[in-house]
Amino acid sequence: MKIVVCVKQVPDTEARIRVADGKLQESDLNWIVSPYDEFALEEALKIKEARGGEVVLLSLGPERVVSALRNGLAMGADSAVHLKDPKFDQADTLGIAQALAAAVKALSPDLVLAGQYGVGGDNAQIPGMLAELLDWPQVTVAVKVEIQDGKAVVEREVEGAHETWETTLPAVISAQKGLNEPRYASLKGIMAAKKKMIETKDAAALGLSAETLAPRTRVASMEMPAPRSAVKMIEGDADAQSKELLRLLHEEAKVI
Amino acid sequence: MPGIVTFAEHRDGKLRRSSLEAVSEARRLAAALGGPVTAVLVGPGTESLAAELAAHGADKVHVFDDPTLADYATETYARALAQAVTEAKPAAVLVPFTAMGKDLAPRAAARLGAGLVSDCVSFTARDGRLLARRPMYSGKAFATMSWEGEPQMATLRTNVFPLEARDASRKAEVVKGAIDTSSRAKVKAVHAAVAGKVELSEAQIVVSGGRGLKGPENFHLVQELADALGAAVGASRAVVDAGWVEHQYQVGQTGKTVSPTLYVAAGISGAIQHLAGMSSSKVIVAINKDPDAPIFKVATYGLVGDVFEILPKLTAAAKAYFAAKH
Repeated sequence: MKIVVCVKQVPDTEARIRVADGKLQESDLNWIVSPYDEFALEEALKIKEARGGEVVLLSLGPERVVSALRNGLAMGADSAVHLKDPKFDQADTLGIAQALAAAVKALSPDLVLAGQYGVGGDNAQIPGMLAELLDWPQVTVAVKVEIQDGKAVVEREVEGAHETWETTLPAVISAQKGLNEPRYASLKGIMAAKKKMIETKDAAALGLSAETLAPRTRVASMEMPAPRSAVKMIEGDADAQSKELLRLLHEEAKVI
Repeated sequence: MPGIVTFAEHRDGKLRRSSLEAVSEARRLAAALGGPVTAVLVGPGTESLAAELAAHGADKVHVFDDPTLADYATETYARALAQAVTEAKPAAVLVPFTAMGKDLAPRAAARLGAGLVSDCVSFTARDGRLLARRPMYSGKAFATMSWEGEPQMATLRTNVFPLEARDASRKAEVVKGAIDTSSRAKVKAVHAAVAGKVELSEAQIVVSGGRGLKGPENFHLVQELADALGAAVGASRAVVDAGWVEHQYQVGQTGKTVSPTLYVAAGISGAIQHLAGMSSSKVIVAINKDPDAPIFKVATYGLVGDVFEILPKLTAAAKAYFAAKH
């Protein structure tokens, strides 16, 4: 079974985000693989271990993305495709989904796995758009995936409930936390990753026109959130603190 | 007149509040964008919900009530929304950012070739165009987004947009639609969560516990305060990763983003990724033994002290408060 795993490189979740002149300041950011994509990759590796096949990483982004791909190759993916072109810089979610769809078509896998959303952008759009552009079914926010002959049985998490879905393959499945525990790359894996291939493709190689990539949405500006007012410290012993807090929540904040 | 299309989600025969929020916002934006507000309902027997959508601002309700549409499926519901949009040719499409909306809006947007902006918290309309404000990096920053072309499609954060006053005299024209109802991915079973449990992302009050509780055996102190306050329980990533509680309780950048009216952080130091998931809460109470903990920088009220002493006292005080109130 051939599985493509979509990987997005994002600012470290522990990073302090800075905005200046209406733009995110990227210079001193530490970049990581979006945590949900690690669940997707771990699931792909587990399926490969159980059923055989290959795992191909797919990522769109600038040169720095190579480190995310090397990390995934060290975890055990077989090869990687890096979509890199200055023409992608202004692409919105739909444009990115178009590029990923073109790359997936060329790979013709049985399954695409991706994180339920890329941490930071927080859009949660790519898996659904990709599925539609490929004309494949989708199951999002998966916490359990079981591959059977020609189909997948997927447990997904929704508000206040778990649902069991069944889908034909090929399909796009997006991963939620709880699906698995991603492995760490071993030293042997890191050494092996150095010899694995990363294929680079630009917009022309994917057959993408300027019109297909033209953004339908734009970030007009960015800003920091309004600062919160100063904290009011409540003194005294635990009993006094508790009573005073309840009084303030009721009389001042009016939230209880 | 282009107008606005909204997607109306329902559960157990009732419209979800987020659907009325979307229709209400559409009503307000229609004053600037012009044209009718069309709500889309999918599922058999949903026509009866049209009156409620009309009372909150819908001029037209597009109903897809084929019996085979009883269960949600991404492909069919996205197809229905896309068809309603293709017919109405609206300036904007508004979908609640619920589990269902998150799942179907991207698929419908790709089908329509429309730009989609997720998790919007406010809109402004200028010269027939929308600008949307949305959190990024789990609220560490905010972006103002614009669209090229139409429809301008957006998902709306729940619990943010106010409801229009209900006007029962408002009536909507109901039109029926039909689509190809085949779907390759289907729901086979639903395992509902325990009845009566407050869902974290929808809760008005959240009490979260962190590493300061020292072990899973002490987490009941958080649960007891939550019970006394009628709150949902949350947790920091540290205690979820340590296996004290399951991941669905995690608040933060890789867990749930919550914005309740009251958030109580007990024994949570306030790692950046945790603050990202809760700092838009209206009132934040921090309880921590370290007066320099970062959590106090976002807190409204701070209690420096031992969680093992404060939580039981607070639970008792909360019980006494609510007993006196009733």
